[in-house]
Amino acid sequence: MINLDNPKKMRPLVAQAHQVAMNMLRPISRKYDRAEHAYPKELDMLASMIDGLDESGTSSGAGATGVRRDEKPETAGGGTRNGSNLASVMSVAEMCWGDVGLLLSMPRQGLGNSAIASVADDEQLKRFEGVWASMAITEPGVGSDSANISTTAQLDGDHYVINGEKIYVTSGERSDAVVVWATLDKSLGRAAIKSFVVPKGTPGMRVDRLEHKLGIRASDTATIIFDSCRVPAENLLGSPEIDTMQGFAGAMATFDNTRPLVAAMAVGCARAALDYTRDLLDQAGVVIDYDQPPINQSAAAARFVQLESDWEGSYLLMLQAAWMADNRQPNSLEASMAKAKAGRVGSDVTLSCVELAGSLGYSETELLEKWARDSKILDIFEGTQQIQQLIVARRVLGLSSSQLK
Amino acid sequence: MTLVKMLQPGGRDGISSRESRDAIGYAVAALNRVAQSDLVDRLGLRGRAEALVHRSTRDGFAAVAKVTRVSRSFTRSGDRGATGTRVPSTSVDGVFDLTPTEDQQMLVDVVTEFAAQVVRPAATAADDACATPEAVLKGSLEIGLPILGIPESLGGICEERSAVTGVLVAEALAHGDMGIAVGLLAAGSVATAIGLWGTDEQQQTYLPAFTGDDVPSAALALSEPAVLFDVLRPQTTAVRRGDQLVLNGLKSLVPVGTSAELFVVGAVLESQPVLVLVESSTPGLTVADDPSMGVRGSSLARLTLTEVTVPVSAVLGATDGSTYRVCVRLSRLAWCALAVGVGQAVLDYVTPYVKERKAFGEPIAYRQSVAFMVANIAIELQAMRLLTYKAAARAAAGKDFTRELALARRACGDHGMRIGLDGVQLLGGHGFVKGHPVERWYRDLRAVGLADGAVLV
Repeated sequence: MINLDNPKKMRPLVAQAHQVAMNMLRPISRKYDRAEHAYPKELDMLASMIDGLDESGTSSGAGATGVRRDEKPETAGGGTRNGSNLASVMSVAEMCWGDVGLLLSMPRQGLGNSAIASVADDEQLKRFEGVWASMAITEPGVGSDSANISTTAQLDGDHYVINGEKIYVTSGERSDAVVVWATLDKSLGRAAIKSFVVPKGTPGMRVDRLEHKLGIRASDTATIIFDSCRVPAENLLGSPEIDTMQGFAGAMATFDNTRPLVAAMAVGCARAALDYTRDLLDQAGVVIDYDQPPINQSAAAARFVQLESDWEGSYLLMLQAAWMADNRQPNSLEASMAKAKAGRVGSDVTLSCVELAGSLGYSETELLEKWARDSKILDIFEGTQQIQQLIVARRVLGLSSSQLK
Repeated sequence: MTLVKMLQPGGRDGISSRESRDAIGYAVAALNRVAQSDLVDRLGLRGRAEALVHRSTRDGFAAVAKVTRVSRSFTRSGDRGATGTRVPSTSVDGVFDLTPTEDQQMLVDVVTEFAAQVVRPAATAADDACATPEAVLKGSLEIGLPILGIPESLGGICEERSAVTGVLVAEALAHGDMGIAVGLLAAGSVATAIGLWGTDEQQQTYLPAFTGDDVPSAALALSEPAVLFDVLRPQTTAVRRGDQLVLNGLKSLVPVGTSAELFVVGAVLESQPVLVLVESSTPGLTVADDPSMGVRGSSLARLTLTEVTVPVSAVLGATDGSTYRVCVRLSRLAWCALAVGVGQAVLDYVTPYVKERKAFGEPIAYRQSVAFMVANIAIELQAMRLLTYKAAARAAAGKDFTRELALARRACGDHGMRIGLDGVQLLGGHGFVKGHPVERWYRDLRAVGLADGAVLV
């Protein structure tokens, strides 16, 4: 039966995440925006708390690892499942309502963890349990066309030897391990791209430098050099076979799972701006009457309702993508729709809220300007707006990547 | 009209009152008057048809205003003081779910087929004629459109609140054509309103006609032709005179106007907006065709009420404005559903078109500027759909849906119009001509952000 209200089952989880975001992340939000590259030590305690929640089962498998799809089916309400994917996006959104940069710095909640959860086999899953994994895909010369990466992995006995340079590795310095994309044979194209878990301290891998950024400054963004770095063969995630029929699908499957999470980040960040701006507008005497059309409201109220409408649209697309994953429906199209909409709405909402609040919004005395900086990356990483549109267009139009380039 | 006013150009022909004429302007205007005069035609200087066009334009709506056809007399029945039958809200299990029930899916499948086989082929002619063909109307009665919102115990088919079902049906029907959809849903909207808020007497008096063989035409009239119109404060008034109500006012965007036998009219009674049941045979009521930009298949009309007198018991629902407000929201919800259906029609139409149409030696779909427009149509359409379903599900569950509906309407108004605009753009010149339906969808989608009344779920 059609119902799009927040799942009842997730209420305790979301309430919990909200309290954590409000009482733990917000008070240190500005501190780590200013102190870029300083390690947010407060997060260690929080991470332990989240692990505890995971083990107690109250978190419904939320967080970065909640995207794994082969759990035992657990049905409710006539076969429809509200499971760990919904739990993940809802809790991530809530934490990003607190602070996106800090969420990205959360130990053991990295995008690498989502990648492991998505494509690792059971043995690997067990072996890498509790490891904080970051994700290394982008290279200095390769961004959106990730099938074109030049980092190589060559089999040498029971090890792979990795060579190359990776940039924009979120939590690259702080994580325990890096999930790196490398090609087994560049001439074989995308099918030869595999991901490898490389633990920190492995000889041949080093963090070269950290970036200074527009936003999410609490999160470290590293450049990592692989120089004849030897990794055990069993650290290759998924199958080592180069299956040109399956192509890129294996590695790309990660994105179907992480894109709703990035949508959730944008949704959470934008809601922070909306919530606070609503408060400021209330104090300024701006009345928002949902029964009135925009032409009969003040410009500020009309603008706010438009922002809220676009926000809710992206929120529901995010829930849809996660719900489909929970119910084992292919959601590649919907995941990209959610990320495309949430990414652009995140920017529109946070920038518009700064505008609505004037120089108050622009000043560092409030967090509105920070959210307007933080939100920008969410329309870029894990596939830019344009890449999402490309994916949606190819799916809707039934065109291949050689037809619609 | 004073002479000065007559000489000023503003206030008609879409000219602002800030405009003024200079000497050349007066000369041109005078020349135009001569060109329009009957004398020219008597001299045989112009074809008769052309003159007719001019006359009818000059004379405006007054000439076509007419009294509606004499309606049937609805036989009073039932208990005036008693509350009518009410269906329960849908039960909520708190699970996020996008799956329709089996019954809903079956109904949607039937309506989808009807929309494709019967409605879409009739759309162009209905748009031209400003009327839905009789055969299409008959077909919709066979599906049971008018009784979707009538409680089972009163001869309808709904066992619980039907807002979600209504939304799914309206969406599927509008995929065929929005104008015809509005025309076909008009009677059911009135029946649904009576099912939701009618007293025992109102339900016993009117609903048997809707569940019978000769279903009356009926319309929900909330809009008025005024700038910045606030539907919650209509200019139409209802004044109590003993146990009678006297109605005065002008309503617009009234579907199936000239054939309707029963209207639900929005009016202010003792400073609160209320709904009033008015039979079309009531003296003082006139209806005039009001062809508009789009939604033309629904035979839009204006309804003039001059000292229209009905019994006080004709008020539908509460007199404190609460029923009226919910009615406005449920009507807007139906318009959202129509927008989703038409938006899907646009997407389904442009998709094969851009793949077949070639420019510069390859399908235009191979170009990102084209393909991304299609992608954005798909993305925003799905967001519109989810927002609409959320509001509908809350309405059906008896929860407050004011905010959710406002957000859905904003999305369907803004992004729906964008979809109509891009639909035409993607077809280029072909989109601008009537050989393709996208120009009609463009006109239809303009209604969504501004329409109140006509349909309801």
